[in-house]
Amino acid sequence: MLEHLELFFKSIFIDNMVFAVFLGMCSYLAVSKKVATAVGLGAAVIFVLAVTVPLNWLLDQYLLRDGALVWLGPEYADYNLSFLSFIMFIATIATMVQLVEIIVEKFSPSLYNSLGIFLPLIAVNCAILGGSLFMQAREIPSLGLALNYGISSGIGWFLAIVAIAAIREKIRYSNVPPPLRGLGITFIITGLMGIGFQSFGGMLTGDNDPPEGTEPTTVEKIEEKKMIEEELQADDKAVSYNPLIKE
Amino acid sequence: MALLSKKDANLILDPLADNNPITIQVLGICSALAITAELKASLVMSISVIFVMGVGNVVISLMRNLIPSKIRIIAQLIVVATLVIVVDQVLKAFAYELSKTLSVFVGLIITNCIIMGRFEAFALGNGVWRSFLDGIGNALGYGVILVMVGFFRELLGAGTLFGIPVLGDPITKTGLYAIGYENNGFMIIPPAALIVVGIIIWVQRSRNKALIEEA
Repeated sequence: MLEHLELFFKSIFIDNMVFAVFLGMCSYLAVSKKVATAVGLGAAVIFVLAVTVPLNWLLDQYLLRDGALVWLGPEYADYNLSFLSFIMFIATIATMVQLVEIIVEKFSPSLYNSLGIFLPLIAVNCAILGGSLFMQAREIPSLGLALNYGISSGIGWFLAIVAIAAIREKIRYSNVPPPLRGLGITFIITGLMGIGFQSFGGMLTGDNDPPEGTEPTTVEKIEEKKMIEEELQADDKAVSYNPLIKE
Repeated sequence: MALLSKKDANLILDPLADNNPITIQVLGICSALAITAELKASLVMSISVIFVMGVGNVVISLMRNLIPSKIRIIAQLIVVATLVIVVDQVLKAFAYELSKTLSVFVGLIITNCIIMGRFEAFALGNGVWRSFLDGIGNALGYGVILVMVGFFRELLGAGTLFGIPVLGDPITKTGLYAIGYENNGFMIIPPAALIVVGIIIWVQRSRNKALIEEA
């Protein structure tokens, strides 16, 4: 239970899709002029992430990762199909988005009317593919946690786009220098919001040894980790990490 | 530019400045910002995108009469995903440390909006050679911004370029550090990338008033 709560808050605030790793920036900037449309797109993103992340988790676990095919028989234990992850993940996402669109249109026309126009856009939203790739990189251990990760990172993205849309509605009445109007000021505001969100980083640092599966994965933290690792036997680490060397 | 007609040359030159994919078309920001804390990663990312866009645009342009328009998005995604897998495997084989720094962002080239945007807007309706130039041009425009952001962030944040100290040694206090200069740790954190891009947009639009948006 505790690990679920921890992952939930961590994905919403600390590793926020927009402010910490800049995923889904294109639609974040393009569809954030009005709060109402931002809410629609944000809800669609939560929905699609909640479907695709667990699905890709199953795919990764039983098809792609090193030795995942062992359920077919012991002679398949050496197969490592992880180089296919990109193409499998994106195919799953594109199909699921199409499927979700058809199902929603059939069973809930009112929801379709509010989400409908955004669903096709979402197939190429980096936040969706990013969710699956981060799920794989962080080695999330169970299906429940994968579902949790999908939903909570979706909520993080939702929060971010609604917040910027609200600010952009207000900023229309401000006297912004002409060259900064529109895109420029939105970038700078997002940067400032990101700095604000950085302060959530202290939220979960209660003890010094983070539990398994919550390793820092933002680029900056990887660099820090890399420097520490280099000091402690870099070679040793690389061997256990690198599928190519292992072979 | 005797090789290229003026119209073709514009395909490459326009995206570098007045029609830049990042600062004007607002495409492809997703994967651009997180990896610009150091110049080397920015450069490798730019080269990867140039490769994927150049080849991808050619492939899509060759197949443009074969792809039914209803499933074109999936067809495009498969083409990009294949190219990105090639890039990813090459990076893992020859630059392992760097591929760890770039982590999932190599994979995210697939959903880089510049690539899908140019496929849709250009490669589906134009010949092979022009599509190739368009792809290279837009990827170069993307790369220019990436390298610029990477340059400033690494120089001001860590005092190095490509990992080589250029401003002196902050610990033994040589070079600029001898007269009291300090690294700006702010530039290393992720949100600084957004602010640097915001400032680039500001400078660009101040120089070319035609680009200013209506309020």
